[in-house]
Amino acid sequence: MEIEKKLLKKASLEKLFEKLKADGKKMYAPVKKDKLVNFALVDTFGEICDDYILTVKSAKSVAFPKIEKIVDYEHSKNSSKAIDIDVSNFPEVVLWGVRPCDAVGFDSLDAIFTWDYKDNIYLARLEKTSIISFSCFKSDNNCFCTSVNGNPGGTKGSDILLTKISNGDYLVEIITEKGKQIIAKAPELFEAAPTEEKDKNLTNVPIKFNVKDITENSAKFFENDLWVEQSLRCIGCGACAFVCPTCACFDIQDESAGKNGTRLRLWDSCCFSLFTMHTSGHNPREVQSQRWRQRIMHKFSYMPERLNVVGCIGCGRCSRACPVDMNISEHLINLAEEVKK
Amino acid sequence: MSEKNLYLPYSMIIEKVTEEAPFVKTFRLKFENEKEANNFSFKTGQFGEYSVFGEGESTFCIASSPTKKGYIECTFRQAGRVTTALSNLEEGNTIGFRGPYGNIFPIDDWKGKSLLFIAGGIALPPMRSVIWNCLDLRENFKDVTIIYGARSVADLVYKQELRDWEERPDVKMVTTVDPGGETPDWNGEVGFVPTILEKTAPSSKDTIAIVCGPPIMIKYTFPVLEKLGFSDDNIYTTLENRMKCGFGKCGRCNVGKVFVCKDGPVFTLTQLKQLPAEY
Repeated sequence: MEIEKKLLKKASLEKLFEKLKADGKKMYAPVKKDKLVNFALVDTFGEICDDYILTVKSAKSVAFPKIEKIVDYEHSKNSSKAIDIDVSNFPEVVLWGVRPCDAVGFDSLDAIFTWDYKDNIYLARLEKTSIISFSCFKSDNNCFCTSVNGNPGGTKGSDILLTKISNGDYLVEIITEKGKQIIAKAPELFEAAPTEEKDKNLTNVPIKFNVKDITENSAKFFENDLWVEQSLRCIGCGACAFVCPTCACFDIQDESAGKNGTRLRLWDSCCFSLFTMHTSGHNPREVQSQRWRQRIMHKFSYMPERLNVVGCIGCGRCSRACPVDMNISEHLINLAEEVKK
Repeated sequence: MSEKNLYLPYSMIIEKVTEEAPFVKTFRLKFENEKEANNFSFKTGQFGEYSVFGEGESTFCIASSPTKKGYIECTFRQAGRVTTALSNLEEGNTIGFRGPYGNIFPIDDWKGKSLLFIAGGIALPPMRSVIWNCLDLRENFKDVTIIYGARSVADLVYKQELRDWEERPDVKMVTTVDPGGETPDWNGEVGFVPTILEKTAPSSKDTIAIVCGPPIMIKYTFPVLEKLGFSDDNIYTTLENRMKCGFGKCGRCNVGKVFVCKDGPVFTLTQLKQLPAEY
């Protein structure tokens, strides 16, 4: 649908929140706790933090939780049976305060979770989720959305995008049908769109590399000393994957309590040494450089080629979270330069 | 939401347990639910996820042929947590099964050709499905040769079927054990699979070679096949990477851009040579 524009007065923002909350939606929004800003379930508008570049962890857990039940089972010596889970009772969720890059991140997850086999659990959660994003007016050196086709005011992936304009009011862009339905909950709050230009209210994120240099030439990189050089200090902790909005690799484990139990899907990481280990002890990705290569190639080569989407949205969370200071955008710049050699 | 839960396994009853070799068992599995049994079909080469609730899931091929109706079979070696739990089960117990997943051996394309099956050790199970499928459609193929080797006589799996194949006039069966693995009454070959392949020297003319075995066997078998004149397009094998989901999402079975669970597990040597050596 065509994007519709409106104005939301600064004072009306809280009213919109209250309306959605009163409508029974679970409101997830950025909350500051112990100096860290993360998405959390909030009851009141006052709990929401608005002074953040990005949350430490991404918003993906709303549709793809860190630990999630996929099957129930009963198990005893003489009988075993699997029981389907009920996806119809997932709650209606509003993700409030998402950044445009995170909203795009759901496209990558969609591509993975619908690749020929449609993952009904992920899709059911996503269907119940509405995304209200806020354009970025601040960024830091780790941000590189503009290098991976993104933009601090990008509308892709969001249902509604709010951009703060100079007087503190918000330019509202209604992007999807879901967005329209949200506005319909409180039409009285919205006025005719402001004339002020959106772009001048956005932070400037300089382009650091041309992503096509990497995605279109990745076959040249596979055998390259860069992987070893870049990953020498990687300790394989997986923090990058756990904060990443697009990492979808998972493990499946059973957890029993007496006769009953649940089969769980849990976040995993290709950077863990046991990730690909066979029972025999053979490990196709035996050393950390192979695992680092997998992480980058999956996002910048395999996903673009197989799923037609780049598996990175340039949020820079992995660089901020890395305990040994591996900086993904620096490494990507190196790769892009390697092509020109 | 009309999509069904991809992770929900079928309930399968263990109808028969066969002890194949030390720590190796075959389960014959029947669907508990008749409707599910009727809607289920698979093709040779495909695999599934077998589960013991409370322990987890394990990936094996379907070791029976689609031509054998009413059941599926799997053969596994007791090695880790799930396979140990499976080993402890008895006839009449129930396990979970998801599948079938993956691509297939293109046996329709092999019509009119000769077939050479080469397997080692516990890698006969994936090949047993395609062997029986082809033998049940025997008129579609010219010569059928099976070369199978294991570490020792005790380690040979499907011992009764090896004898059946041996007795068939329309199959050339060569069984071998590694040097030192023979027993006093062993009358098969003694030697590693690649050596026995060279000695048997099957013709490569209009012949498809299907190779499944431990990496070391595969490594030394391909050069012999090349020497015998097999082209890379006519050599098939399977890759067996670690998997969790079985359908291209969990992210651990890929070799470069190729996902073993979706693009494989069956590959030609031509395809294999295009992959990075990460398997």
